[in-house]
Parts: sequence; structure tokens; C-alpha cells
Amino acid sequence: MGHKTTRPLSPHLQIYRWSPQMAISIMHRATGFILATAGMLTLLWWLSAIGGGASSYAVFQKYVVSAGDDGSGFELACNWFFRLVALTVTFSFFQHLFSGLRHFVLDMGAGYELKTNRTWALAAFVAAIFATALVALVVASRVIGV
Amino acid sequence: MGSGTNIGKVRGLGSAKHGGSHWISQRTTAVGNLLLTTWLVASLLLMPNFDQATLALWLAKPSVAVPMILMLVSIFWHARLGLQVLIEDYVHDDALKFGAMTLLNFYVVGGAVFGIFTVAKLAFTGAAA
Repeated sequence: MGHKTTRPLSPHLQIYRWSPQMAISIMHRATGFILATAGMLTLLWWLSAIGGGASSYAVFQKYVVSAGDDGSGFELACNWFFRLVALTVTFSFFQHLFSGLRHFVLDMGAGYELKTNRTWALAAFVAAIFATALVALVVASRVIGV
Repeated sequence: MGSGTNIGKVRGLGSAKHGGSHWISQRTTAVGNLLLTTWLVASLLLMPNFDQATLALWLAKPSVAVPMILMLVSIFWHARLGLQVLIEDYVHDDALKFGAMTLLNFYVVGGAVFGIFTVAKLAFTGAAA
């Protein structure tokens, strides 16, 4: 600590009883962090790979998407790593999106009644999981060819 | 506690009167993100294939390059505002906080400029072979 503070601090996660309302709040932060790091760095790599030409895009393709049947062990490990990243980033995107929409409603002063608040928090989780599953299915069938 | 004097405010006992603009910018960029990332996701789902040549021609079009550049500005700005709050909440040491904020600023400005330059180069000079 750089300086001592006598002001009261907010209790951390382990103090609160878990509920959809508090879970969606911390998930908004966690997913925002994932999008700002893994999500945006992969986006930049993708854009620069497109701009860099065919050979440059082939490198992105080999490590991120699929190294093909004759890929080395390291390349295949990268593929699976990036599939995990893609799934995490996709879920984070939808979770942050629906949670953000919920924030717009709260910003207007609506949705603070206990039951309503709980319902929309749960709905955002359900919508995010559903949308992630939908995208995963589309990608699996179209891009990877599973 | 502070009596609302100037020195009291400097010591953190009053509002810095800058909170509103941060909050508004976060919401404005959030609306931008909502529109522009929805556009990107829809574009990706409608993409005929993911060959480099197809993607380069697509990205070089003004109707794609412009929203892509706008999206980069919006998401990196939004990330700057969001990660700033994370640092303020979780990094308590003043020196570490200053260093983390500096790194964050370098990251978002560097990342956004890198992305914008990539898109602009494609749009202005055409796709590399």
C-alpha cells in the first residue's frame, strides 16, 4: 500500500452470497478484461494477417484456425489453444453484450425491483450461453468442417 | 472529513468533477460497440469464404474499411475506460497504479493505431499479393 487509508473499503467477492445479480456484475468485468486482451489482440492479428498478404494470412490460418492433417504437434496444440480462446472470447462477447444491454436499462432507472433485477440477470446469462452455442455450431459446421 | 476547501478536494475528500464525462464516454462507446460489432458479426456470418484474397478485397472496400476503423476507435476507447476502472479498483499502490495506467494508455493507443493503419493501407493501396 502506497498510503494508509482510514476510509471503509468495499468487501470483496468472498464476502458476498452468490446470486445472479452479483455474478453478472463481476462477469461483466471479467469478460470485459478478456475481450480487451485476448479478443482485441486476436482481432489485430487477424486484420494485419489480411493486410500482410497470402503468406501472412497462411501463418494466422496455420496457428489459429487449422494446421491441417500434416501439422506438427506444436501447431495442433496451438489450434486447440486458440479454439479454447475463440470459445472464451465468443462467450465473453455475448455475455458482455447482454450484460451491457442490461446496464442501459438500469441507466434509465428501470429494473431495480428485486425480482425483475434477478430475472434479467439470469436472462442475460441464458442468452449469452445460447448465442455462444449457436455461433460454435455455425463455425464448427462451416469453417472447421466438423 | 473535508470541509469542502480546495486543499480538502486535492486530498481526495471531494469530487474531482470529472466522473460524469467518463461515465458518458463509456456509454457512448458502448452504443458504438453495440452497432459496430453487430455489423462485424453479421458480416462474418455472411462471408462466402475465409480466403485471404476474399477478406482483403472485402476489407479494402470503403463500406467495410470505414465501419472497421470506427469499430477499432470505439472498442479501444471503451477498453481504455473499462480497464482504467479495473486498475483503479484493484491496484492500490500508487506507483504500480501509475505504471499500469501508462502501460494501458500505450496498449490502447498503440493497438488502435496499428489496426487503423492496417485497414487504411489496404483501403488506400489495395491488397498485397
